[in-house]
Amino acid sequence: MKKLFAIALLVAAGSLLHAAPPAKAAAHPAGAKADVSKMRAVDAVPYFRFENFTTANGLPDNHVFSVLVDRDRVWAGTENGLAVYENGAWKTYTTADGLAHRAVLSLALDKKTGDVWAGTMGGLSRVSGGRIDSFTQLNSGLSNDVVYGVAVDGESVWTATAAGASRLDLKTDRWTLYNERNTPMNEIWVYSVSATPTKVYLAVWGSGLLEYDQKTGRWDKYDDPDGETEMVLFKDQGLIHEIVTSVSYVDNILWAATYFGDSRYDGRYWHNFLTKDSGLPSNFTNVVKGLDANRAWFGTDKGLAYYDGTNWAVYRPSMKDGKPEMTVRDAQGNINPVQVTSAPAHNYVLGIDFQGEDIWVATAKGLSHGIRQHP
Amino acid sequence: MRRFLQRPVIEAISAGVLAASIAAAMITICSERVVQATATKARSGEVLAYASPLEMVFSPDGARLYVLCQGSDEVRVLNGATYKPIKKIAVGRVPRGMSLSSDGRRLLVTNTWDDTVSVIDTRTLAVTATWAVGAEPSGVVQDNAGKFVFVANRISNDVAVLDAATGAEQKRLAAGRGASYITASPDGTRLYVSHIYPNPTRASTALGNRAVPESEITVIDAARATIADRIHLKDIAHGFHIAFSRDGRLGVLAQLHPKNLVPLAHLEHSGAFADTLMLFGADVGNPVEVPLDELERYATRPFAVAISPDKSRIFVTCEGAEFVTVIDVLKLLQFARAHPGSSARDLSASANYVITRVEVGHDPRGMAMTRDGSKLLVANRLDDSISVIDARTNQVIRTVQLESPKTITVLRHGEQAFYTSRYSFQRQIGCANCHIDSTFDGLTWDLEPDGFGRDIVDNRLLEDLDGTEPFKWNGGNPNLPTECGPRTEKYFWRSENYDDLTLTDLVVYVRHLPLRPNRWRQADGSLTPAQERGKVLFDRPIDKFGKPIAEANRCGYCHSGPKGTSQKSFDVGTGKATDNSGLLDTPQLINVGLTVPYLHDGTAKTLEEIWTVYNPQDKHGRTNDLTKDELNDLIEYLRTR
Repeated sequence: MKKLFAIALLVAAGSLLHAAPPAKAAAHPAGAKADVSKMRAVDAVPYFRFENFTTANGLPDNHVFSVLVDRDRVWAGTENGLAVYENGAWKTYTTADGLAHRAVLSLALDKKTGDVWAGTMGGLSRVSGGRIDSFTQLNSGLSNDVVYGVAVDGESVWTATAAGASRLDLKTDRWTLYNERNTPMNEIWVYSVSATPTKVYLAVWGSGLLEYDQKTGRWDKYDDPDGETEMVLFKDQGLIHEIVTSVSYVDNILWAATYFGDSRYDGRYWHNFLTKDSGLPSNFTNVVKGLDANRAWFGTDKGLAYYDGTNWAVYRPSMKDGKPEMTVRDAQGNINPVQVTSAPAHNYVLGIDFQGEDIWVATAKGLSHGIRQHP
Repeated sequence: MRRFLQRPVIEAISAGVLAASIAAAMITICSERVVQATATKARSGEVLAYASPLEMVFSPDGARLYVLCQGSDEVRVLNGATYKPIKKIAVGRVPRGMSLSSDGRRLLVTNTWDDTVSVIDTRTLAVTATWAVGAEPSGVVQDNAGKFVFVANRISNDVAVLDAATGAEQKRLAAGRGASYITASPDGTRLYVSHIYPNPTRASTALGNRAVPESEITVIDAARATIADRIHLKDIAHGFHIAFSRDGRLGVLAQLHPKNLVPLAHLEHSGAFADTLMLFGADVGNPVEVPLDELERYATRPFAVAISPDKSRIFVTCEGAEFVTVIDVLKLLQFARAHPGSSARDLSASANYVITRVEVGHDPRGMAMTRDGSKLLVANRLDDSISVIDARTNQVIRTVQLESPKTITVLRHGEQAFYTSRYSFQRQIGCANCHIDSTFDGLTWDLEPDGFGRDIVDNRLLEDLDGTEPFKWNGGNPNLPTECGPRTEKYFWRSENYDDLTLTDLVVYVRHLPLRPNRWRQADGSLTPAQERGKVLFDRPIDKFGKPIAEANRCGYCHSGPKGTSQKSFDVGTGKATDNSGLLDTPQLINVGLTVPYLHDGTAKTLEEIWTVYNPQDKHGRTNDLTKDELNDLIEYLRTR
């Protein structure tokens, strides 16, 4: 069944990555213009003017783990509280307001209710209409207090924790735990979760990717087939590495980030990205956010990267002198610098979200708002 | 029938340690009562014959009056002018909330025991659909656009958002604890939800067992069906109906302000509750709390609010006090503006704005005002009657008796005694003040004259108490007659005591409080895999390391029997330095999933905390060898009890 689906998908997508460049990329927030194949790479990728927020202008901490956009509001999960930017000002929620812990690692929006779920170093918090309810391993069914990732699938809240994954059914308040006892999970450090009404994916640090079918309740697992931690024996052989840090499932395409490169899986074929054969600025990737089947954003330790299915763009303060830098790599591997006057606050990128055509980036030294620029 | 009515009396006596002379008198008196009593069926599933009108609403043209009759599981349709009966419409079990669409064509009724909403076509006066919602649906409203139906679910603490056409649930919005009543603003853009239980809050003492009660008004954006705001209500635990002035500038919530953090030494020293209104909206700015009580006359348990169309007066039913408080709005607003915040403890305040108190029947609840504001109708729940008040003269001009049994049964009389405040000093409280709607209140109290801050006690569920004695957290009261009789006479009332007949009827009523459905049990009675695994842990004789668990340290030993109590006392390591006894009565596990907080003094805010935080030495059962998922399984099973 999975195979048939994959074939259908491939037909529909026209083997985008392997055979030909995409015929047309759909218009999308923070994405490239249409028909990138006919454009010069530097014209295809988006430009931004970055405005950076730090403690100097109201952010509670410069170390920003996560960012979430809800229409006009922007939430930042920092090491010292959860901040929300609205009407030009920051407001911070702390443990005094009921937040489970001051360090907010992950954020998710329940689009149905407008509630924001925050995964922290000390539990899971729900921010709803200004009220914060916190769930911990001591006061609820949550599996572990270190909540690296959180996602809402419409009916449930999924958490990726230091001891497996948890699912809170929002109607029954029932918790279900997923760990080495009931899933094919060798390690239990789950770093990220991407949840949809059909499939849920867990990024497991040291144990590959886990797939949960919401209808059947079955688990599937994707591992690095070569079993080698330091090298990739064959290109595109499968998931690039067992240490998976982030997963993003969009348009039936799986994007996975690891500390040793990134992977894309369309249900049949894997495609892997390494610094040596792509525009990735670093193999050490903290976060990946797929825009659609072709396009994705990567947050690495050496900058923010965008891939439009053909071209790559990297946005960062220069690794040499800290000056704003943007480079574009085309399908032939030609790298062109682009003159820019701004860059994200730091090259260590931990979180990414989109606001219309704009992008928001959580970095180790500030939160950045990339305002889309049109020539 | 005769057998049933005799049974409680015999039990009440046999279980007790009352003096023989008193017991003999009660038998005689109660026997006479038994002969008189008729028409009551109780807990075997039959329907009580009493109508017990709870809520009312007029059709838009005023031609009809719809009366929600909780006792007979009906909506009764009366002529809006003559009050003559037109039709009875059977709905689900124990209905509580009712809402008429703005065009008057559709009436929705929540059925608390079925977790459903009955949809009534007002042209045919027939139920056309029944929709599933959350646990114990209470308040219900329909938005003006005809897009959504909103239902407050009292047990699941949320608001279910339904497609108004199909009833299909779209989502659940996180409300406060005990979400019960919903009111739409006059323009229909905002919905306001009130709550009968306090929100979980952080303990304010080092012992971890006391917290200032807090509740909220949850504000919903009706068009988007999302939470728009939460109006924080400090010191409030029990909110009931909300009403708005027609201009939308004044919102009024009827509420109880418990004084549970201070020792409740005697009622004459301090009120146990303030009966208050919370005013909010553009007329007052920040919410203002105003008292309804007077120095020597308490407006016990304000429930429903009505505001006259010209915004000159506010009417409040005070169910325990059995009157309607009439308030001058102009004077009230003058007072509120001059006294921001809360004046709950100022018992002289109400003299500034209360016009009068209109005596009505037993347990007055919902109100309906004619569109011109000339008449106010009050549903007297425990009289099966409607008081018709001339809203200009504040006089009861007529009492409409609904069709109901002529005789007052033991249970009915007991229920009246449970809800009234007439036995307490200055009519301050009734049983129902803490046992909200005959159940519990989610609070801990410093009761008994045992020293300040000693023996803090968590309020428990009253349902299905047979076979769970002794009572009190330390097992100090052997039976219900002692619990409800000498204890309350000595401690609470300091006023008119129950006569023997009333005490017996009260005990019979409490003993026969029916058990609401358990929401965690599957319909076919089977256990889910997680619950099954939890049951094995509950009953296990050996731990995970193969070591035998001492009998007294198995869950199923102390929590034995169908109700989960051996009726004996144990030291489970959760006693406090402020407790006068080291032994704790084993509480029953009936519907234990509902009664947050836990342990005898409410220290544990969740079931999980009982074992994750408060069982370090494994004295409260052997649980420290369990993994987190096993503990979750155990809790899943406990919730089915």
